[in-house]
Amino acid sequence: MKQERDIVCRCEEVTREEIMEAIRLGDDSLDAIKKRTRAGMGFCQGRTCKRLIAQILSAYYHLPVDQFLPGSIRLPIMPIRLSLLAETVDGAVESEEGGEVHAPDSH
Amino acid sequence: MKHYDVIVVGAGPAGLGAAIEAGRQGAKVLLLDENDRPGGQLFKQIHKFFGSREHYAGTRGFAIGRQLLQEAEEAGVEIHLGRRVWGIFPDGSVTAANDTESVRYQGSYLILATGASENALAFPGCTLPGVMTAGAAQTFANVHHVLPGQNIVMVGSGNVGLIVTYQLLQAGANVKAILEAAPKLSGYAVHAGKVRRAGVPVLLSHTVTRAMGDGSLEAVEIAQVDEHFAPIPGTEQVIPCDTLCLAVGLTPRVELADVSGCDLVWSGPLGGKLPRHNRHMESSRSNILVAGDLAGIEEASTALDEGRLAGTRAAYRLGLLDVGTYEGRRAEIQGRLDRLRQGPFGEKRRRAKEEVWKA
Repeated sequence: MKQERDIVCRCEEVTREEIMEAIRLGDDSLDAIKKRTRAGMGFCQGRTCKRLIAQILSAYYHLPVDQFLPGSIRLPIMPIRLSLLAETVDGAVESEEGGEVHAPDSH
Repeated sequence: MKHYDVIVVGAGPAGLGAAIEAGRQGAKVLLLDENDRPGGQLFKQIHKFFGSREHYAGTRGFAIGRQLLQEAEEAGVEIHLGRRVWGIFPDGSVTAANDTESVRYQGSYLILATGASENALAFPGCTLPGVMTAGAAQTFANVHHVLPGQNIVMVGSGNVGLIVTYQLLQAGANVKAILEAAPKLSGYAVHAGKVRRAGVPVLLSHTVTRAMGDGSLEAVEIAQVDEHFAPIPGTEQVIPCDTLCLAVGLTPRVELADVSGCDLVWSGPLGGKLPRHNRHMESSRSNILVAGDLAGIEEASTALDEGRLAGTRAAYRLGLLDVGTYEGRRAEIQGRLDRLRQGPFGEKRRRAKEEVWKA
């Protein structure tokens, strides 16, 4: 069986060694590590790896883990196609049957 | 723009409880969920709940889910599914998208019931197919009726690890061991008893150190850990298996609360950073309430009642309830929550909750 990599951020395939190297280069926050390695910038937006990286930082700096969480969170909080983002419509949505159920209020 | 009295994000037990209570008082309620069906984790819960009758003791999770959906319908709650809420803006508007459109909604009150996500562990081989969270295994088995594998190792002896182990056994899998990093079991004795009677070994002070396999999981290496949870060299053993389930805790999903400006506080016993809130479930933002696992990891029954508290509070602040009726209703729900937070496990959560209220 081949040796498996020790991946911490699976969306961006960032390994524990890459995280440790970033910390050795002076990164002391989730945001700094994210900017250097892309850890936390993938599809799940750090939902899986942020806590793990915070634990690594906590062990390295001997500081409580909560000091490193939750890192900066920005809109949109989950992946969305740019075309949809640009064309966000007001309140009229289709019902489950596919028919229009709510006319948008005038404003 | 479409305007609602109350917009609830998340249709698990907390969100359903909130929507039902606000709707019953006459509020115009919108309930949004990213999944294609409501109920959150309830529909994965095939076991009977315990507690008292008012907490649906003896009823299986999915049946509670069905009953809540019916109550929501009777309360006139509008439910939009398959919509991922991606933003909350300073004017209070909420934006949600599916694959074809993104929609903006406006609400007077916003109740966040976004739940929790499962914690992960990182170790060599953790991305091999066959390594998954316990919740994923439960979705495989209980929702899609597919066994994730035949020979399973579970990491974590909390209630999730114990319940999922038992359900995988019931579904015909062989659970080879439960690993627990702590020196004692962390779940309820009633769940632990079931898996022990079924003969599943529980290895205390043990964790997984490596997953191995060519293309998919074939074995895991485990090791004993010291009091700092560090693996002790020389104690490694290899267990052949095709599935490794991680049941190592939950983290409140605070993204929406954070971007909408709610203050966060840390509570270890409640799962991590969570929105600071008072006993009325109001966050630090005046029109945003929180409930359920987002407000601290507990259980489905506490989530439901916290949702009911939040929904009732929103209805009161909308002027739909007089103060006397509100106080009566609040005391009734709070009484149930207090009873759920009794016993050695509940007591710890109750104290942690009080710390949050004081923060």
